[in-house]
Amino acid sequence: MRVTLWGTRGSLAVPGLETVRYGGNTSCVEVRGDDGTLVVLDAGTGIRRLGEAVTSEVRRIDILLTHLHMDHIQGLGFFEPLIRPDQEVHIWGPPSTTLNLRSRLARYLSPPLFPIRLRDLPCRLTFHDVPLGGFEIGRLQITTALVIHPGPTVGYRIVENNASLAYLPDHEPALGVDHFPGEPGWTSGFALAAGVDLLIHDAQFTADEYLLHVGWGHSALPQTIAFATKAAVKRLVPFHHDPAHSDQVLDRLFEEVCSASALPFELTPGNEGASFQLGKPRLA
Amino acid sequence: MLQQAVEVILMRQLASYLAMPIFLVDPGGNLLFYNEPAEALLGHRYGETGEMPLAEWAQIFQPTSADGSPLPPEALPLVIALQQHRAAHLAFQIRGLDGVHRMIEATAFPLEGHGGRHLGAVAIFWEVSPS
Repeated sequence: MRVTLWGTRGSLAVPGLETVRYGGNTSCVEVRGDDGTLVVLDAGTGIRRLGEAVTSEVRRIDILLTHLHMDHIQGLGFFEPLIRPDQEVHIWGPPSTTLNLRSRLARYLSPPLFPIRLRDLPCRLTFHDVPLGGFEIGRLQITTALVIHPGPTVGYRIVENNASLAYLPDHEPALGVDHFPGEPGWTSGFALAAGVDLLIHDAQFTADEYLLHVGWGHSALPQTIAFATKAAVKRLVPFHHDPAHSDQVLDRLFEEVCSASALPFELTPGNEGASFQLGKPRLA
Repeated sequence: MLQQAVEVILMRQLASYLAMPIFLVDPGGNLLFYNEPAEALLGHRYGETGEMPLAEWAQIFQPTSADGSPLPPEALPLVIALQQHRAAHLAFQIRGLDGVHRMIEATAFPLEGHGGRHLGAVAIFWEVSPS
């Protein structure tokens, strides 16, 4: 499978000269299965550009939302395939005991916040509660679990053949833990991340910033490093960069981490546009 | 490695911060955790007790009614919460692992997750003076 980052920023889109390299768009990751299956992880503002790149040959698109915070759904109404009459689109999101997913998304995708209503979109749109456990889309085997973040939030592990990806863009596994990381079984998200080829994980704050934001649902970069180390991942992509962190700041933070000690995995900072081939590439 | 559900992880973390005794079990009734205030009433540190099956913890603390007659596991609030998925409350006596008999009141409630997932149950308890 191939994994491409279309939005790497957390909380708020921050276009500008100071965010050109890491990117200013909010969370969106494309996962292409070897058979062409298209899964989109989150619908932050990065999904707009992805929509332009999705050809009409793609008959079905599955959008897997981790949660419904604004930075993860804001781009949805600007995803061009939604206005294609024949396009089949499935949107998956965390279950709720009160409103179904369509109703919760319609709070944003309706006047006065948005000019068009969900029901007026021409595509063939289906909504699903994410099954907590596992399911399949094409040949992609998807494992899900709730993870620590305010409000129901799903983490994903996607496996195809022997290639594996874990996506935990908003995650605070260190919340309330005296000595992080603790026992694996008592660490949020651990089973999703264990041993994956690629872990895309929240690293919004510095250690100092985290102290001012405990309980906001995000991790500090050192916590993310510790989590990835414990989970024995092969590659870590720190993700969900704080809107206040310029390219210059992020360069410095990642340089400090890499120079402090040898990491037991490859660290690749989450840059908008970065792409990763997991497993052998599909033969043409 | 058994990955605990995030609700159970958060419940344990909340319990570890609170000053009232709390006892947490999984859907099978297996003891997952009790906090420091509970250690004082149960007479043993959790770190030394560890996880324990229902059949063991339901007997090891020798629960008895106020008149001293033994209480079967199914009469305990935690077991009711677990098996009947409802809150339950009872005053009864236990014998801590330090050998001290204590009268306690316990309120237990089930942990129910989204999607109909039964995640276990929690008991909050405190020592009361014998009436």
